[in-house]
Amino acid sequence: MSKEKQLIKFTKKGIFCPKGKFYLDPWYPVDYAIISHGHADHARWGMKRYLCTDDSKAILQHRLGADISIESIPYDASLTINGVKVSFHPAGHVIGSAQIRLEYKGYIVVFSGDYKTQPDFISTPFEPIKCNTFITESTFGLPIYNWKSENTLQNQLQSWVKTNQANNRTSVFLGYSLGKAQRLMSILDGCDEIYVHRAIHNLNEAIFSSGIELPETKLWSADLDKKTLQNKIIIAPPALLGSRMLKRIPNVATAICSGWMQIRGNRRWQAVDAGFVVSDHADWNGLISTVKATEAQQVYVTHGSQAVFSKYLNEIGIKADELKTEYGDEALAKAEKETENIETK
Amino acid sequence: MKQFSDLISAIEITNKTNAKIDALVHYFSTAPDKDKLWLIALFTGKRPSRPVKTTLMKEWCMELTNISEWLFLESYSTVGDLGETLALLLPEPTYNLDLSLNEWMTQLKALKPKSDEEKKAFVLKAWRGLEQQERLIFNKLIGGSFRIGVSKKTLVNALAKLTNIDANQLMHSIIGNWEVHSIAFEELVHGKHINYDNSKPYPFCLAYALEKNLSELGEPDDWMVEQKWDGIRGQIVKRNNEIYIWSRGEELVTKQFPELVEAMSNFKNDFVIDGEILAMKDNDILLFNDLQKRLNRKNVTKKLLEEVPIGFKAYDILEYNGNDLRELPFEERRRRLEFMFNLLALPEHIELSFLVDFKDWKELYTIRDNSRTINSEGLMLKQKKSPYHTGRKKGDWWKWKLDPLTIDAVMIYAQKGSGRRSSKYTDYTFAVKKDDALVTVAKAYSGLTDKEITEISQWVNKNAIEKFGPVRTVKPELVFEIAFEGIALSKRHKSGVALRFPRISRWRRDKPVDEIDTIETVKQLITAP
Ligand SMILES: [Zn+2]
Ligand SMILES: [Zn+2]
Repeated sequence: MSKEKQLIKFTKKGIFCPKGKFYLDPWYPVDYAIISHGHADHARWGMKRYLCTDDSKAILQHRLGADISIESIPYDASLTINGVKVSFHPAGHVIGSAQIRLEYKGYIVVFSGDYKTQPDFISTPFEPIKCNTFITESTFGLPIYNWKSENTLQNQLQSWVKTNQANNRTSVFLGYSLGKAQRLMSILDGCDEIYVHRAIHNLNEAIFSSGIELPETKLWSADLDKKTLQNKIIIAPPALLGSRMLKRIPNVATAICSGWMQIRGNRRWQAVDAGFVVSDHADWNGLISTVKATEAQQVYVTHGSQAVFSKYLNEIGIKADELKTEYGDEALAKAEKETENIETK
Repeated sequence: MKQFSDLISAIEITNKTNAKIDALVHYFSTAPDKDKLWLIALFTGKRPSRPVKTTLMKEWCMELTNISEWLFLESYSTVGDLGETLALLLPEPTYNLDLSLNEWMTQLKALKPKSDEEKKAFVLKAWRGLEQQERLIFNKLIGGSFRIGVSKKTLVNALAKLTNIDANQLMHSIIGNWEVHSIAFEELVHGKHINYDNSKPYPFCLAYALEKNLSELGEPDDWMVEQKWDGIRGQIVKRNNEIYIWSRGEELVTKQFPELVEAMSNFKNDFVIDGEILAMKDNDILLFNDLQKRLNRKNVTKKLLEEVPIGFKAYDILEYNGNDLRELPFEERRRRLEFMFNLLALPEHIELSFLVDFKDWKELYTIRDNSRTINSEGLMLKQKKSPYHTGRKKGDWWKWKLDPLTIDAVMIYAQKGSGRRSSKYTDYTFAVKKDDALVTVAKAYSGLTDKEITEISQWVNKNAIEKFGPVRTVKPELVFEIAFEGIALSKRHKSGVALRFPRISRWRRDKPVDEIDTIETVKQLITAP
């Protein structure tokens, strides 16, 4: 058996490590799961044991239940499981997100999970890891996706808030509770008072309890006086779009924050007032520079644009294959909703 | 171009007409004169011809970005718009080029006769100096249209809000003959180049749907009855040898129907008549589907004129040789209309909408039921003494439509909706049986409650078999009753039939899928013409 095959095998339940006898972000219940980050399409319910980063632990417990059997280690520390050396390295995607590095007899496999190469104000910055086999995501694997710097984004978002305030409107930003919400908080910090939806509030509490600092926010509850919210900032999950809870606030301007907003057609059909390109994933150049930096001899491409991105990698002389998984944006959207059972009334 | 670019962003992001109007008003109150005129020109189809071929632009972009063709095409198919794909692929600008819309349009016009090399230098220089959104607009200015949901009507409403000038007059002004370089904005909106007195229409008199029994209307003898033709309600205005056709949507549609203009020029007198614009061939009225082929075309080709000829069925006369007749009783206006039309043999394409002959109310039921055979939607009942009201008024005119036709069909595809419902599957495609297989017969997206939509969306999530972009193929399991207004044989549809205005009338939870209609039973609904 090749060294790679001893380390990873692609099964129906997820990416399996035969030597270590554990799975990476499996989508069906297994005995031992190593989790890259807290998003619902990666951290699923029903595993007998979980292993994740210290920064992800509270998030997983909050979302999957306090009674799960879970261990954690810090970034860059390692643990040997059945002879396989396992370590986590910052992925820059959301708080606690990691790439998972496996090493056995000098052969190294890195599973990227989800990652973003551009630094932001809140997640631990991404670092590429040298390896033999690299499993990469490709959510935005097309050359049309190129992100602006965090500072440019901050100017854009803050000046939108100012314009809204000049027109007496409350600014509402829609983004997933884990990741996008904390990122928006950090971008908008100091602009004005930030109110967050209960789903975000509760998650923030969990993150905060594990010792991570977050910008100051207040809870947006349905019984808050309308006047209190006037001209302020609200951050809420996408499920709130068109909800009664949102409609109760007079004069709102709503913005969707997502990498998909890069395309005009996606902005136009959402019935919102603005679409901002805020992505938790690597852009085209980020994906390419990462793959190159790993110096991997074999790349597997998951999530989204796997066909295009692997074809491109082969074209520039990097051996790459598509890998079908059950991760990705649509799975995430669905799973996030189920995890949170969001209040919209 | 910043101003214009901001306007486009503002219009694009909203689907509320009022917000679009506000953005336009803001532009019209702040932009330079020539830029305003260019905006109107661009949105009303007065575009100069394309100075640079799209294939060249694609080539230059691939060269500049070092992207191979297949990757370019993948990007294009994701974005769905060439100008936007180019704008997204090109590298960040290296300097800042700030020209007004007028300056851009003038330079683009001058570019047309130049060599490809000169064109390339110009385009590359522009790409380097514009940021993403401006670059997209630049690409659009070169080539295509701005498909951003601003109708002439919206444009006119914005101008009316800004200037307080009558919307119909503005419609005539912007559609009339004018050139950006030979008119000022004020002159254009005040209609210096037109004579509105010659085109001014009257507000249409509209009817409510009948909501009582015929017998409650009184004596049958007090009423006149016509077919309710299913086309576009229109007013033909002929004054001082000028002819204008207005649609009920208050758009000036004269240029779309040259055969009507020609026919009308046979009359000596001046008049304003109300009637229905229909697709008519060899005395038969065609379906609305056919009429649609003639609408909103930039050029009406000779082939199209032959394929789908237009006719006008006159209902009423509102003005004759300068005299407003609207206060006269309908009976009298109808007599004058008939008289005028009898002065000479009616030209081709023009007909009088015939009156239905009936003695008692009972007879009308049969007549209405037969309307479908002549592609009419039902009957119009008009009180003989009624004046031509302004707008909708209850009591004098009633429309009495046929009940819709229905079939039972099964859902085979579902697609997510837009706006508020973007997370739900709201657009469905339906099929009926054809031998052992299914064949698509209709697409429909209205008629269900929010609760039903939520339930169906959950079902789609669980039962999707395949996906193509936003479309989900689902297990053929859910049966719906589909109502529609008309049906005709069609070679363009795989099923061989075309349904008019299909909509979901109810979810047939009680029906198993093997009890849906077959294509044969559907075809039986077509009544022989
Ligand atoms: Zn993720
Ligand atoms: Zn993911």
